[in-house]
Amino acid sequence: MTDDSTAADEYRSAWQAAYDQAQLRDVAFSTMSGVEVEPVYGEGPFPGQFPYTRGIHASMYRSRLWTMRMFAGFGTAEDTNVRFKDILRNGGTGLSTAFDMPTLMGRDSDSEWALGEVGRAGVAVDTLADMEDLFADIDLAGVSTSMTINGPAPIVMAMYIAVAEKTGVERAALSGTIQNDIFKEYQAQKEYIFPPRPSVRLITDLMSFTAAEMPRWHPVSVSGYHIREAGSTAAQELAFTLANGFAYVEAAIAAGIDVDTFAPRLSFFFNAHSDFFEEIGKFRAARRIWARWMRDRYGAKDPKSHMLRFHTQTAGVSLTAQQPRNNIARVALQALAAALGGTQSLHTDSYDEALALPTEEAARIALRTQQIVAHETGVANVADPLGGAPYVEWMTDEMERQAEEVFAHLDHLGDGSILEGVYAGIEDGYFVSEIAEASYRFQREVNAGQRIIVGVNAYTDGDDDAEHNLLRIDPAVEDLQRKRLATVKQDRDDTAFQAALARVRTDAADPNVNMMPALLDAVGAYATLEEVVGALETVFGRYTERPVI
Amino acid sequence: MPEPQIRIVLAKLGLDGHDRGLRVVTRMLRDAGIEVIYLGLRQTTDMVVAAAIQEDADAIGLSLHNASHMTLAPRMVQALRDADLDIPVIIGGIIPDHDLQPLRDAGVAAILGPGASAAEVAQAVRSAVAGSAAV
Repeated sequence: MTDDSTAADEYRSAWQAAYDQAQLRDVAFSTMSGVEVEPVYGEGPFPGQFPYTRGIHASMYRSRLWTMRMFAGFGTAEDTNVRFKDILRNGGTGLSTAFDMPTLMGRDSDSEWALGEVGRAGVAVDTLADMEDLFADIDLAGVSTSMTINGPAPIVMAMYIAVAEKTGVERAALSGTIQNDIFKEYQAQKEYIFPPRPSVRLITDLMSFTAAEMPRWHPVSVSGYHIREAGSTAAQELAFTLANGFAYVEAAIAAGIDVDTFAPRLSFFFNAHSDFFEEIGKFRAARRIWARWMRDRYGAKDPKSHMLRFHTQTAGVSLTAQQPRNNIARVALQALAAALGGTQSLHTDSYDEALALPTEEAARIALRTQQIVAHETGVANVADPLGGAPYVEWMTDEMERQAEEVFAHLDHLGDGSILEGVYAGIEDGYFVSEIAEASYRFQREVNAGQRIIVGVNAYTDGDDDAEHNLLRIDPAVEDLQRKRLATVKQDRDDTAFQAALARVRTDAADPNVNMMPALLDAVGAYATLEEVVGALETVFGRYTERPVI
Repeated sequence: MPEPQIRIVLAKLGLDGHDRGLRVVTRMLRDAGIEVIYLGLRQTTDMVVAAAIQEDADAIGLSLHNASHMTLAPRMVQALRDADLDIPVIIGGIIPDHDLQPLRDAGVAAILGPGASAAEVAQAVRSAVAGSAAV
């Protein structure tokens, strides 16, 4: 009893000391009726204390609201550059880049595979010249850039570094995130290029490179978002994502990088779906599991290595094409769950995204939605406001319990290694079939009317048939981009780029060589993305999925 | 006499990796007694034509999620015509209203949007196959 109350006192006084150190935003922390509220309620461990179930900072959103980071990219690099400058003029400091499907798959715009997809779902980047256009007249030392790309991530990273250095910005000054999470590609999103093991080598090469030369860069964003979009349950999203995170940690340790050097630079990316309390439990459980595993299994000592930081995006898959304006309400509730779950940054989906890329108006409403959650609801005044509620604590425990079952399975598959367990689960179709099963079960329940989706299988009156105002990408983009690529190929120094590609092949063949210098050489000589991918493929091979249902 | 079993080839053309919908449709059609040959991701029109001949397919189903339907669906129809195959093409995915008629004009037999029920999906396949046999 005495011990308990002593421990409780220690939690409280340590939290108070940390809170007193924190800079606070200059706003009133009171209700709209003028009632003063405390920064946190309930029991310790408090926010900012191991295992961080209640949040990673003592003062949470009282110091800094989550970053409102909106994802954009379409058409040519020049088109997206205009949107980027717009974001910066409006006070944004974070850029987030969506690439088109050929770029994501390492194909050039003039490839047969690219037909019909150039510039459609994001921006097309074939060579360094496109990257130069994309970031033209933007001071890369003054922004943080997020790049959502995986298979060809190290090549695109090399292009970004090359653009910065051409404009006189040192690589060490660059800040941002590259997704670079290949495991979830085999499991869910399916944008893989090479087989798993050489892909993981590319990832650890980039991790070593950034650890040594780019201290402000996040080289991997471990992403559950796509696992959930592919149809997994909340617990599967949690479990598969954290298992992938553990696998990268094991790969980096095996590559000789000190865990406390890279772990603080790892970040996560989760989905905020519609089941409110399940989502909040998932976010809280994620922090707790990560903290315990990093300390106890991987021996990380730096508290920053124990803290799980994450970006959230609302669930694209929950948006309905029917009565699309209803999606504004769905996004608001999902954004609220993310805030109550303690996210570090948030992208809110636009209501028209079940139909097309968002229009500017729809994207603005989405941003306004999270601003309303941040500034009007009062949820940012108190850290982890739901902590201690019996249902929320039970749900957090339940998410953790289900995730631990998956870790035990993977640990067993991998004979004591989560990394080997993840490889094995990819090879034997474990992840894909678990996700497909969950997705089909949900669809059957919707079909049978056991789950109500408003506007889809109930309350279907009032679907206005009027054509919505949708963003349409000019089909001329494809031609323009092909011409741009042809010019770059014509203007480059053939000898230099052939020599650079030869070096890529040589370095790829030696697993002890870090690939980044050769990739920097190749992109600097204006080798195209597909040419570099092709050079790597001669050594690494290409991955194809066994079509198993 | 029982109806002859319908065989359908399901595929995703091009680079788009969104296969959740196609996987769900595969299970829906199998539950409805239709035989599915699931080719999966990253197929070309030639690969689909070859599979349709080899499997003696009655229909082809494509799932398109990347706004590439206006390019890829008509190419599929044309590839089948070039191979002298009279097999209906059914597409599913995110197809804006203004593209529906041009796709029908290009010879696409049926278009299924998000939210189509299992019964609607199976019915669309049966009607497309019956329509094609009647011509």
